[in-house]
Amino acid sequence: MAMIPGRLTQDEVWEVLGQIQDPEIPVISLVEMGIIRQVDLDGEHATITIAPTFSGCPALQVIQQDIREILQRAGFNSVVVRLSYSPAWTTEWITEEGREKLKAFGIAPPVHHSGLIDLALVLPAICPYCGSTNTIVKNEFGATQCRSISFCNQCQQPFEQFKPI
Amino acid sequence: MPTPQFFDAALTESLALFFLALGDDELLLGHRDSEWCGHAPILEEDIAFANLALDEIGHATYWYELYAGLVNENPEQIADHLVFERPWKAWRNIQIVELPRGDWAFSVLRQYLFDSAEVIRLEALARSSYVPLAGVAGKIRKEELYHLRHSRAWIQRLGLGTQESQSRLQNALQSLWPYTNQMWQSVPGEDRLMEAGLLPGSQALQTIWLEQTSAFLRECALTIPSTPPLILNRTQHTTHLKTLIAEMHSVFKLDPQAQW
Repeated sequence: MAMIPGRLTQDEVWEVLGQIQDPEIPVISLVEMGIIRQVDLDGEHATITIAPTFSGCPALQVIQQDIREILQRAGFNSVVVRLSYSPAWTTEWITEEGREKLKAFGIAPPVHHSGLIDLALVLPAICPYCGSTNTIVKNEFGATQCRSISFCNQCQQPFEQFKPI
Repeated sequence: MPTPQFFDAALTESLALFFLALGDDELLLGHRDSEWCGHAPILEEDIAFANLALDEIGHATYWYELYAGLVNENPEQIADHLVFERPWKAWRNIQIVELPRGDWAFSVLRQYLFDSAEVIRLEALARSSYVPLAGVAGKIRKEELYHLRHSRAWIQRLGLGTQESQSRLQNALQSLWPYTNQMWQSVPGEDRLMEAGLLPGSQALQTIWLEQTSAFLRECALTIPSTPPLILNRTQHTTHLKTLIAEMHSVFKLDPQAQW
């Protein structure tokens, strides 16, 4: 995708960034994850502000690299990826489309908590297969930092949940 | 992250030391946690401790970045420099995190004692008048709640489990309890940081922690040891740290300029 520098609008840059999939859950994009917070364009320079998800997540470097590469291919000569910790990334920023994609992939979307994280810890995950809330956490920790392992008492299926934070 | 105008040199130095101290604590606990990778008693815990390690090391990088902001270092390079190039005597961690991993009871108890203290501290730090600190504390706290729930469950399981699990946990408590006092030891200059609204008072937090933790441990059939607390400062270390750092540095030192 070779383009003339400086011609992309804000909306077009968001669209380009929307093509980048999450490195660890490659069915959902960085935009749908709510990781990309702000796009600032100045001629050939792009500054992208992102909110890191779980601390120490090894995907962070890959995400930064992916953003730089795709925007350089789109014609920006300099791309700066800025990290923003405050306000902290929250699963409430995952879009509805993103939540549907997680579910279709077999990962229960994080329960909604409106910022009350202490509440989220006691709410049961919703089974992505049958929709039951009759589920229990089997392990707080899973294949990646953002996932826990639950079991559905209704349909007798183990499943992963995206941890609400 | 520029140094706020109202900081004088002494205040900045104290706050920088505070960040370095918290970073060192998390990094070393993360390292000790990672030693269970491949050795935990069950597969789920192997995964859990690998995740805990990754989280703690991630938290350490936040504290190191805050430190870098106050001492005019490059935040992108500071973590590698501090972790891989610093001699062991220059570390400012508390001793409880440098002790060898011990048996399973010892490791889950250390994790619980540290997590429970951290959650209390982070809640207070999230209200700091230093905005970058408040942001980081709020972010870390969300993850620590998961850690705490996990480690609490293990204390209940072992404390109220079999005679052997209870006695191993009690032994671990006997060894670890005296070290917990250091979790609440002030860094030099902390009084002034408190007056400026930058940090909460450690002593008030320690009282809350002591009360909550003692009550929970008693519920789990444990006896709080009457051994006196160890009075330690952050420049004092055991030789366990020397061994740990030597091991952690060994690969890095083979080729410090390596790119990967």
